[in-house]
Amino acid sequence: MFNQTTVADGPYLSLRGITKQFPGCLANNRVDLSVARNEIHALLGENGAGKSTLVKIIYGVMRPDAGEIVWRGQSVTMQSPAHARRLGIGMVFQHFSLFESLSVVENIALGLNDPRDRANLRERIVEISRKYGLPLSPDRTVHDLSVGERQRIEIVRCLLQSPRLLIMDEPTSVLTPQEVEKLFETLRRLASEGCSILYISHKLEEIRALCETATIMRLGRVVANCAPSERSAKELAELMINAELAPPSRSRRILAEGAAPRLAVDNLSLKSPHPFGADLKQITFSVSPGEILGVAGIAGNGQSELMDALSGEVLADKPEAIRLDGVAVGRSGPQARRALGGCFVPEERNGHGAVGAMTLSENAYLTASARGALTRFGLIDQARTVDFAKEIIRRFDVRTTGPKAQARALSGGNLQKFLVGREVMQSPGLLVVNQPTWGVDAGAAAAIYRALAELAENGAALVIISQDLDEIFLVCDRVAVIAAGRLSPPIPVKEATIEQIGLVMGGAAARIVSGAVAKEHA
Amino acid sequence: MRFEPRGKVSILWSYASPILAIALTILGTGAIFWALGQAPGPAVYTFLVAPLVQVGGLSALAVKAAPLIMIGAGLALCYRASVWNIGAEGQFTVGAIFAGGFALAFPDLPGWLLYPGTLVMGVIGGAAAAAIVAALKSELNVNEILSSLMLTYVAQYLLIYLVTGPWKDPKGFGFPQTAMFSDGATTPIVVEGTAVHLGCVVAPIAAIAVWALLSKAALGFQLRVVGEAPRAARFAGFSERRLIWVAMLVSGGLAGLAGMFEVTGPIGQLTADISPGYGFTAIIVAFLGRLHPIGAIFAGLLLALSYLGGDAAQIDLGLPNAVTGIFQGVLLFFLLACDILILYRVRLAKPRGKPVGAAA
Repeated sequence: MFNQTTVADGPYLSLRGITKQFPGCLANNRVDLSVARNEIHALLGENGAGKSTLVKIIYGVMRPDAGEIVWRGQSVTMQSPAHARRLGIGMVFQHFSLFESLSVVENIALGLNDPRDRANLRERIVEISRKYGLPLSPDRTVHDLSVGERQRIEIVRCLLQSPRLLIMDEPTSVLTPQEVEKLFETLRRLASEGCSILYISHKLEEIRALCETATIMRLGRVVANCAPSERSAKELAELMINAELAPPSRSRRILAEGAAPRLAVDNLSLKSPHPFGADLKQITFSVSPGEILGVAGIAGNGQSELMDALSGEVLADKPEAIRLDGVAVGRSGPQARRALGGCFVPEERNGHGAVGAMTLSENAYLTASARGALTRFGLIDQARTVDFAKEIIRRFDVRTTGPKAQARALSGGNLQKFLVGREVMQSPGLLVVNQPTWGVDAGAAAAIYRALAELAENGAALVIISQDLDEIFLVCDRVAVIAAGRLSPPIPVKEATIEQIGLVMGGAAARIVSGAVAKEHA
Repeated sequence: MRFEPRGKVSILWSYASPILAIALTILGTGAIFWALGQAPGPAVYTFLVAPLVQVGGLSALAVKAAPLIMIGAGLALCYRASVWNIGAEGQFTVGAIFAGGFALAFPDLPGWLLYPGTLVMGVIGGAAAAAIVAALKSELNVNEILSSLMLTYVAQYLLIYLVTGPWKDPKGFGFPQTAMFSDGATTPIVVEGTAVHLGCVVAPIAAIAVWALLSKAALGFQLRVVGEAPRAARFAGFSERRLIWVAMLVSGGLAGLAGMFEVTGPIGQLTADISPGYGFTAIIVAFLGRLHPIGAIFAGLLLALSYLGGDAAQIDLGLPNAVTGIFQGVLLFFLLACDILILYRVRLAKPRGKPVGAAA
């Protein structure tokens, strides 16, 4: 095939001047990158910095417009992912490609290029999973597996091909802290055996813990190369977003004693409408005026079901299951709940929180028509709607051409600011936000946090559903964990530790013990 | 040649695409004429231009376009809400039956009561036929494409039954038709000396009204949201059921109105054959008009021309009347094909794999 006698010491992989232009966006602008043998190399950058495009080019999913890929001393043109795999490059994508109804072995067999590789597949899976500490039962059906287990299938699938370079795209976004630690052990072991790892993430602490070198990208360019362990997370973040980060300050509000809860959920059980969704089981909690409750948990444990139940998209079985300022609304739809002061920001922006093909002012009208009094005699009050949209854009610093811009033309962070702004400016008594900063850059996230804190200070009750524990610890007063559709009793954030919450997220315990108790046991 | 995503909607091409499609359709139709042994140029002229320049051509065009515009505007609204009513032909027929039945039952009512009554009955008939589809979809989740299409045949056989059975004109020499409607139940002519009737004026007004509903009213906004992003509609609390009913009743009502004008105007009675497929052609009208009610006015005129052209091709060229259907089919084909240009641009093939370091 090709000559392998070259380079023992030179970089395994080096990229020179990789450039990729998309319509309206220069995704990669003369990117240089090199990964040495045995190295765990971080590719760090915000959403939209061009990391995913770059690795797709390395893995042969896309071709660069210009630039060179040198793999073990040879210049190569990656034809396809199959070509990349033949050369010894494996990749674990952020979104898995697994068939839910097939077993682990069947899924792996389907991904193999060469039918001959299917011989003794089961034994080889068991062997690899044992060797690298990736416990996996070959005959279980994928839909019974946790996200962490599914990821192991993808990793084992790569390792079966004995790769020399393993690309991991945001691998920890779906894992509990404990699972992350296990994954890191596996990766370190792989690296010590000669497999280089290109690790893509925007989580700074992880990169500092795992990676020896880092390439930092911003807006399609490489802006720095450094050793992450020698930098603080703050320094890395500043390199990543090119701005000095103000330390997030938040005054812990003193909650009014004995105030009636604005939101009270009592024994809410709901069957998930999705075949593999999580059913909500006896969810009970309440949120006081001025309080921010965080709901932590790994994706797919009932977060979206909880969101739909709170917003009224899916109705509860009895009105008393959900009370908004004392009014039983369990059987009332979204408009009735909004009339009572409930506002909501769902996780998915395009197609759920907003209509991508519609303008910002139409999207402002979408949920604010009643509270903002934007309808007159059955007609849309255009002038008021446009003014409202302009006001959101101004107050939340939404970067856009104006209220006539299509929602889908906005970047994720800007659209999220608009959607949070749309709800905040309706002065809600209750605001429920699912994944407030998912796919949002640090600057926009800070603005969103400020708006949420201000709303709470003015007496609203907030529920923040998030997979990001750092976010919950930063913003929330109390935290509860949703796991397999059950919600743990909320505890004050200052008494909780990330480790405990992580354990509950993984289903280790049915309830969170308070920090003091945990320390006694330690 | 390959298609490359533009990354956004091209405003230019959303208008240029139907024009390109029309041009390609003319070329394609010319090729078909040529294959049938006709000189393509004169044949296309006979088909598309001659009907307009002859005496009474524009009047005939207006009469053919009226039902297409009315139904097409209603369907545009329906399709914007992602409710795929393809049974407008049946709703047209039921509207005609209701209107015709009323006119036959009360021929001697005073005119101020008889004609408006006939008109309202036409709307009710079309809406009632559509209501069956709406009920099946909103209550039992029956696919509206199938139910509306199948009900079209029910409506047609109902019409045939009525005109050959209970409503047959006893003095009609056995023809499958009812008695002629009384004068009071006949759609008035608005331009003396032509065939242009009240429906030709109502059609564009109806299209403008539908446009206003869609773009100005809260209800129209809800219809567009449910069509564009059903989850967002649920999130906003719009009732999908209610919107299915609205979309079906509006489009069915307009189809019924068109049916009423047709039988009380140009035809003057109920017969077994009251429509050359207006309800189906209006689907093309809706799409050719970019699912925009105002676009339906222009599209309706073009498709009306294809009916006139079909007659002309039959008379002057000795070609079968199926030429109309072929023209409409070719037009829909090119229209859907050209729409790819709205989201994609054409790139001529470049040699794969540029030399390395080209940008350095």
